Amino acid sequence: MQLPARVYEVKELVVSNQPIISAVDLKRYYSVSKGLLRKAGVVKALDGVSFELAAGKTLAVVGESGCGKSTLARLVAMIEHASAGELLLDGKSVYSNKSASNKIGGNKIKLNSRETRQAVQVVFQDPYASLNPRHKIGTILEEPLALNSKMSAEQRRSRAESMMQRVGLRPEHYERYPHMFSGGQRQRIAIARAMILNPRVLVLDEPVSALDLSIQAQVLNLLAELQREFGLAYIFISHDLSVVRHIADYVMVMYLGKVVEAASVKVLFSEPRHPYTVALLSATPTTDSRVRKKRLTLKGELPSPLDPPDGCAFNPRCPNASKECRKEQPALKQAEDNSRQLACFHPMATQ
Amino acid sequence: MGLSIRALGITSTRSMRKDSVRKNSLQEKRSVRTRMLAEFWFYFAENRGAVIGLRVFALLVLLAIAAPLVAPLPPSEQYRDAFLTPPVWQEGGSWKFILGTDAVGRDILSRLIYGARFSLFIGLVVVTIAISGGVLLGLLAGYCRGVIDTLIMRIMDVILAFPSLLLALVMVAILGPGLLNAMIAIAIVLQPHFVRLTRASVLNEINRDYVTSARVAGAPPLYLITRTILPNCLSPIIVQGTLSFSTAILDAAALGFLGLGAQPPTPEWGTMLAEAREFILRAWWVVTFPGLAILLTVLAINLVGDGLRDALDPKLKKS
Repeated sequence: MQLPARVYEVKELVVSNQPIISAVDLKRYYSVSKGLLRKAGVVKALDGVSFELAAGKTLAVVGESGCGKSTLARLVAMIEHASAGELLLDGKSVYSNKSASNKIGGNKIKLNSRETRQAVQVVFQDPYASLNPRHKIGTILEEPLALNSKMSAEQRRSRAESMMQRVGLRPEHYERYPHMFSGGQRQRIAIARAMILNPRVLVLDEPVSALDLSIQAQVLNLLAELQREFGLAYIFISHDLSVVRHIADYVMVMYLGKVVEAASVKVLFSEPRHPYTVALLSATPTTDSRVRKKRLTLKGELPSPLDPPDGCAFNPRCPNASKECRKEQPALKQAEDNSRQLACFHPMATQ
Repeated sequence: MGLSIRALGITSTRSMRKDSVRKNSLQEKRSVRTRMLAEFWFYFAENRGAVIGLRVFALLVLLAIAAPLVAPLPPSEQYRDAFLTPPVWQEGGSWKFILGTDAVGRDILSRLIYGARFSLFIGLVVVTIAISGGVLLGLLAGYCRGVIDTLIMRIMDVILAFPSLLLALVMVAILGPGLLNAMIAIAIVLQPHFVRLTRASVLNEINRDYVTSARVAGAPPLYLITRTILPNCLSPIIVQGTLSFSTAILDAAALGFLGLGAQPPTPEWGTMLAEAREFILRAWWVVTFPGLAILLTVLAINLVGDGLRDALDPKLKKS
């Protein structure tokens, strides 16, 4: 995919390295009943993920579908409660003490304050489903303000109109319904709605994968501009590595609910170590025939999360798998050269 | 006439748009509602069937209200020298009884005009009770899930398991005969359809991203249910409501026939139909006209329901 040059520019942001949002060993389990007579199974959709993210930075989360990246997005956006672990905003837990719904499958969520809710907003993948079809664009944009602020109708309108202008919508769109817009415009509306409460963190759950390639670039540019302007922290869920490469600062590779490798985007793309990361990267379409020959292709499919393999979850598909891998689960550790975190007994050699 | 109404719709929306450009805040506040109405009418009027249905329905309502002025004869007066007189265009008919008389010599036209009052009233009350109760329970079941859901839905299943008329019969027997009790019974019998429909729509909508984003924006549960989810569930409920209108009229007629609904001299359409059953071969007009009245009413209401659904669905609107 050809992206305009603007995206490549290195973002020179003066920000403190203090993380805005961080996760400590986040877990999310779902209970699944397999029938009347059998014991209910537990799906570990997310099994111990930690990260820290500072203002103005983008953390990309990549992996196959079913690896738990969308679950992570839902936890960070506070749509669902973590089964265990902590989500911290400015070092403080987002959950109120009263929300003791850490039981498996529990979904009641109580936050410690209104501000916490406002600080993290979300943009969904499908812009056709994420806008209320019965509301006009103006109503959609003003809804968060009406719910969270004491602004008058005129103040709300002017704020909505300025935000519309900021994301590249025309003022006359205010009176229109979502179905009158194209996918790209809808995604702009969704972004404007997420931005209208002045959030500090934006969770982007595959925000461009439902869009045309030409529109993708525009929306990515818009996101990059907004990040620079407002110092937003992005959590960018994607399976499109070429997009990730251009927008992210850090990348976390997930496999079956766990992080297998995490590093800065430069390190990860230039010298991936985990066999799964290598396989993911070599699955990116390329025209370079030399690269194509060295491809590492994966056999088989993602194992059922209801019945994960013993040891390392990746071992049935891994070219380097040994006896050890089938017995023990490798922990996510800082690599020797401090460049990354890695969970593998037999990582690929650096070139 | 249909054309002229359409044209009116267009011009009024246009003029309203001009108004909104002028930033006169006081006037704007007032014009918002008229503009919404004009817009609604514009889309409603695009459906010709709906406009015809609405006109027939409006005529019926007018007739029902103005019954004492319009009806040529008193509805319960028996003309003993004119049993089973055929309608005016048939041999033996007279202009005094335009649609003929029934077995005890009452004027059918006058009875039909008065009957519109009862039938419309029954339909309206029954559908109102059934919709309000059904939607409330359906929203509750769909939003809360769990024990509440199971409890509500199993009770509704029990109600659905009985033949509707039998259940209504039992309830009227308990409550005592009479039109009001019959209406309550019918409303309870019709309610499960609304509960199921609402619950299904809620389950369908509640996991959509726009509901989630309203939650992320901080919408409290009551706001979510009433402002975000409910408006998106309304289309099937409106259609079901219009269909139930006709069912209600028919069920009330059946109860009347069994002596548990409208009591005999009352000129209720269904009761008339039931009373005339034995003359179906000898005097076709006694059965046909009440039946036609019911058919026309039901058809008109269904057409209006269709038009409403189209006009309320923003996806069908053009820019």
